Order: sequence, then C-alpha cells, then structure tokens
Amino acid sequence: MSGMYIICLSGAREKLQFAAMAASVAAVSGTEVDVFVSMNAFPYFIKGHRKEAPNEGAMGKIMAERNVPPFYHIFEQAVELGDARIWACSMAMDVMGVKENGMEDIVAGPMGLTKFLSDAEGAQILTF
Amino acid sequence: MSERVVDARGSFCPGPLMELISNMKMMSVGDTLELLSTDAGSAADVPEWIKKVGHEMLDTEQDGEGTWHIRVRKAK
Repeated sequence: MSGMYIICLSGAREKLQFAAMAASVAAVSGTEVDVFVSMNAFPYFIKGHRKEAPNEGAMGKIMAERNVPPFYHIFEQAVELGDARIWACSMAMDVMGVKENGMEDIVAGPMGLTKFLSDAEGAQILTF
Repeated sequence: MSERVVDARGSFCPGPLMELISNMKMMSVGDTLELLSTDAGSAADVPEWIKKVGHEMLDTEQDGEGTWHIRVRKAK
C-alpha cells in the first residue's frame, strides 16, 4: 500500500484540524503516513508552544465552542495509535533557532524538503 | 472473553473512532466492545474501519435518545 504524505503550512485551526484528521484516520487504517510541518503550522510543534490555533472562519469558531477533539491531540493519536511520523521542516527550525530537542516528543525528527519530496515521489501529497 | 463499554457520547469525528481503537489495542482477540456515540458520521465510519482492518462487526443500532450502540469483536 502506498503511503500518504501531508504537508502542513497553515496555522489556522480548520486546516490543522483536517490535516490531523486525515493523518490519524489514514494511519490507523493501515496507511503509512508522513507529515511535514513548516511555515505557520510549525510553531505548534515546538515544545511548550500553545496548542490552540486561531480560527480562519465560522467553522473554526463553532469547532472551538463544541466538543471537537483538539487538533494537537489528534496528531498525538495519529502517532501513538497509527505510527504516523511527523517531521519538522529543517528550514523552519533554522529560521526559528530551534534544535531537535526543542521540538515536541511527537515529532520524529528534522527533515529537509528535498528528502521529503524525494520520499513522496509518485505518491499522493495533501497540502493544508 | 470480556466485554467493555466505551462512552464517546458528545465527541465528534474522529474522537469516537480513536477511542474505539485505543481501547481495542488493550483487548484480547475474541473480546467485544460496545461503543456509544452521538455522532452520526462515526456510526457510518466505525463499521467501515472495522471492515477495512479485519475485525468483526456485531451490530449497530440507534436508541430512542439518539445514541448509536456499535458492537464489535476483536478478531486479530
């Protein structure tokens, strides 16, 4: 079975939420999942950074008010229950001045875009 | 053989599915689980997941209060 490759760039609740949902559901259903986090999605994976993301629109606001599982918790489940791997963009780490031990434990490690795209060659890439 | 009940009422997709999976990981083959969910999407999705990964669907029904009772057996 071919894997699923997810690129997370947006820091908005809705996009992080859906990326986490896609990652977790695919991962627990037997698909190998690799998630690459960069740009405004990146800081949520830094140790100690807040895990609440701002709403982009009305749906995010409603989700925040209801009992929708938080996106970060869903990413944790993707890793714990489905063996998904979350990779921190090495460029973002350099720009933000963060070392590998400064990333949350659910992050598998640093990853360059070149290697990620090379691994994903021929497979489906979802970008949020 | 044991039977456990997982109450995921009030949780939205994919919460009920994830609660089911984390509980199934702790169960033995042959054990059954009843998932309670108020999320209609999960009532459709959970049987789909059970089928895909090869566990056994026992039954699904919605009670008078709108709660779905999804009963499954761990098959592997």
